[in-house]
Amino acid sequence: MSNRIIYFLLIIFFIFVYVTFYKGLNKSNLYTPNSNEMSIPEFSSKTLFKKKIFNTKKIFNKEKFYLLNIWASWCVPCRDEHPFLINLGKNKKIEIIGLNYKDDHNNAKKFINELGNPYSIILLDRSGTKAIELGAIGVPETFLIHKNKIIKRYFGPLNSKLIEEIESYIR
Amino acid sequence: MKFLKLFFTILIIFTFNGLKADEIKLQNKITKNLRCLICQGQSVYDSDSEFAISLKLLVKNKIEDDLTEDQIYELLIKKYGDWILYDPKLNKNTYFLWFLPLLIFLFGGAIVFKKLIKIKR
Repeated sequence: MSNRIIYFLLIIFFIFVYVTFYKGLNKSNLYTPNSNEMSIPEFSSKTLFKKKIFNTKKIFNKEKFYLLNIWASWCVPCRDEHPFLINLGKNKKIEIIGLNYKDDHNNAKKFINELGNPYSIILLDRSGTKAIELGAIGVPETFLIHKNKIIKRYFGPLNSKLIEEIESYIR
Repeated sequence: MKFLKLFFTILIIFTFNGLKADEIKLQNKITKNLRCLICQGQSVYDSDSEFAISLKLLVKNKIEDDLTEDQIYELLIKKYGDWILYDPKLNKNTYFLWFLPLLIFLFGGAIVFKKLIKIKR
């Protein structure tokens, strides 16, 4: 009798282990944060080219789509996604806002002068805390914003496929 | 008199020092419980990545804004999900994790109890 119970428990244990590992196989081991932060934190910041101080409450309040792009001149993938942003910037339905992340002022200016400026405003984040308030983990990172809410987050550089996706949102 | 003044000034400076030390202690405690999301297997406290440096600063700022430890965790969970905490909070995904040791303990206890009854007989 006791033998049978052990046998039975052993089988259950192996089934449990099998199912757990089998499920684990399909899980990506790349981490993507599942953020519930959908509102835009309020902060004021200087901008790269203008002397004025902008507040986020006043930037994202129009009835159109915004793309908030976190970038830095030292970030290599940002260089790759930059042409896509410039192309997207030609679309009048969307406004691209930049957040310059932990960057040197002069290097950032050089980067923009060299590759072009798709941003209508470039906010500065010297300490990196504003990016954290937004729920970002690094650069580049992009947020699609509509009606003061974040509707989509993109981790890593944008590519032509993601740009198509963004364009399908704003159509 | 002059000596007394100097003595009190130094005393006051040292009291503030103590406050600051408490803050740093709390900051370290919190950042040790935060997982650095872009560096594998390190806490924010241990890591020197850009993300971790900024997060340490943010925690420091929040402590200075008089937020409690739990409030800071709550804020970060909202932004990054449960994964950011090393010490997971009790919710429907972690019931199993939290109660498994208790279940094993009860199960073991039941076996011991049964054996004891057998021996008594």
